[in-house]
Amino acid sequence: MSHYEAPIREPLILGDKSYHDISNDIAAPIEGKANKWWWFVFSVAMIAFLWGIGAIAYTIGTGIGVWGLNNRINWAWDITNFVWWVGIGHAGTLISAVLLLFRQKWRMGINRSAEAMTIFAVIQAGTFPMIHMGRIWNGYWTMPIPNQFGSLWVNFNSPLLWDVFAISTYLSVSLVFWYTGLLPDFAMIRDRATKPFQKKIYSLLSFGWTGRAKDWQRFEEVSLVLAGLATPLVLSVHTIVSFDFATSVIPGWHSTIYPPYFVAGAVFSGFAMVQTLLIIMRKVSNLEQYITRYHIEMMNKVILVTGGIVFVAYLSEFFVGWYSGSLYEDFTYLSVGAATGPYAWAFWALILCNSVFPQLLWFKKLRTSFTFSFIMSIIINTGMWFERFDIIVINLSRGHLPSSWTQFEPTFVDIGIYVGTIGFFFVLFLLYARTFPVVAQAEIKSILKSSGNNYKKEH
Amino acid sequence: MSNKVIQAMYDDDDVLLNAVKETREADYHIEEVFTPFPVHGLDKAMGLKGTRIAITSFIYGVIGFFFAIWMMDYMMIIDWPQDIGGKPNFSYAENMPAFVPIMFELTVFFAAHLMVITFYMRSKLWPFQEASNPDPRTTDDKFVMEVSLDGDEQKMSDFLKKTGAIELKVAEKS
Repeated sequence: MSHYEAPIREPLILGDKSYHDISNDIAAPIEGKANKWWWFVFSVAMIAFLWGIGAIAYTIGTGIGVWGLNNRINWAWDITNFVWWVGIGHAGTLISAVLLLFRQKWRMGINRSAEAMTIFAVIQAGTFPMIHMGRIWNGYWTMPIPNQFGSLWVNFNSPLLWDVFAISTYLSVSLVFWYTGLLPDFAMIRDRATKPFQKKIYSLLSFGWTGRAKDWQRFEEVSLVLAGLATPLVLSVHTIVSFDFATSVIPGWHSTIYPPYFVAGAVFSGFAMVQTLLIIMRKVSNLEQYITRYHIEMMNKVILVTGGIVFVAYLSEFFVGWYSGSLYEDFTYLSVGAATGPYAWAFWALILCNSVFPQLLWFKKLRTSFTFSFIMSIIINTGMWFERFDIIVINLSRGHLPSSWTQFEPTFVDIGIYVGTIGFFFVLFLLYARTFPVVAQAEIKSILKSSGNNYKKEH
Repeated sequence: MSNKVIQAMYDDDDVLLNAVKETREADYHIEEVFTPFPVHGLDKAMGLKGTRIAITSFIYGVIGFFFAIWMMDYMMIIDWPQDIGGKPNFSYAENMPAFVPIMFELTVFFAAHLMVITFYMRSKLWPFQEASNPDPRTTDDKFVMEVSLDGDEQKMSDFLKKTGAIELKVAEKS
């Protein structure tokens, strides 16, 4: 009747589920015990995280001279990793906000984890500008505070300050969006908890959610308005990140195409990271009936579209640089000079990982394969790291003065901090996977009658 | 009117929705309905007014927008104008292109956060708030309609049973 959905649409919830089955499935990882594999991966991530902390402590104690930066290449891995993590942090809000506005029901199986991934990724991103300040204890100088604190007013003309505002707005808004959606799910865990300590914790976390009709009405309105606000916000964040480069006068950076190209690249890499995490999580946490082959295929289609936009941007950058006939444009990261120069390996890594291999997703057989999607997601994440590395390091390695041409070599500290952020990211995600309801069960229940496998058969 | 309510429990959202409609037609007063997930059309069936929370968000956004203009005008133009890349530091309007990103971000920041805080306050959601749902199963798979006990209890119970209620309980009004 009112739950009718065209039979051509694939079911989003497999198995013959009732509302209670959904509660059981989502609560299972929280109520169960971690297995050996969880502890193994967690330990590895923790060791990487601790190594990163050591590298950060060394950087702060000694100064950023311990990084591989030099006079010519004064930005390198730090900003590469920053942009990479911020880019990854775009998929969560895109899935929960943009797909909500487009009424895509398949977002409901994956939005919780994608948003968690967003928040954890943005935390990693924020680390890099903080430690790159050198004197991190003066970090509060980026806030608009009065002059007598020791600095002048912050400079609102600077894209770096726009970044501070954009990233902190994005992080905090994503966090409340995520948390508001979590309230009914925490309440579900609270009401079925049998251990007193668990009950206390989830009572605290659920803010006393009871599911009154009026609360649901407000809840839905708040979700819709937050989605409307987060949609331009998510586009603005990577636009502003791209301004860090685009407003400068370095050949290869000073490019008007950067904002849309960066946003597309961010969505591209963010969805790849969602694939990496969810293809594993659906197996480990027994969520195969909620995160189905169809979900993976839909995400692969988004990857294909945004990857296509990125590819067109590469072509246009390459063409415009070449067509300008400027000598300096032959050194930029998308040029004949780059393809044949000392950084040719980085150039080709970018082209192969981001533009050539993802074209395989045009084949339905491949984009509906879990193994292939997982491998592809790793390739894309690598490619997107190289994109940022190329933009920053290749463009800086050659300037107007040939005597200063040089290359970049990361020190063990650069590598340590990068590996440390990956470790921290997985530490957070693994803790999340065992303590949070990883699927938005309240939302899933609301579509069960229209998109559940057993209900669809009845129509 | 007495201070008691009958809590009628249902196990299906469509049955609940019909029950809500029938209860209202029978001139009983529905105090509250608890559901584990948003049931579409329930607020209309209960006769709840639409929420005005989106309007508050708009107002907060406007405040954030003007706050950003005031803040940057004071800091960059009035209090300590500096020559930064030759940008016009004597007039907010002429320097504005550089200020657009912050104007946008603060608009969103105010609109989103203050709206969520308003929602939490209005719905009484905050840490250490005790949950007051009548039955723990209402966050899992059961639906509870609280109807004010009015007149003959037996007649009301029979009526609610007929609407599909699986359990009935009389409780003090909270």
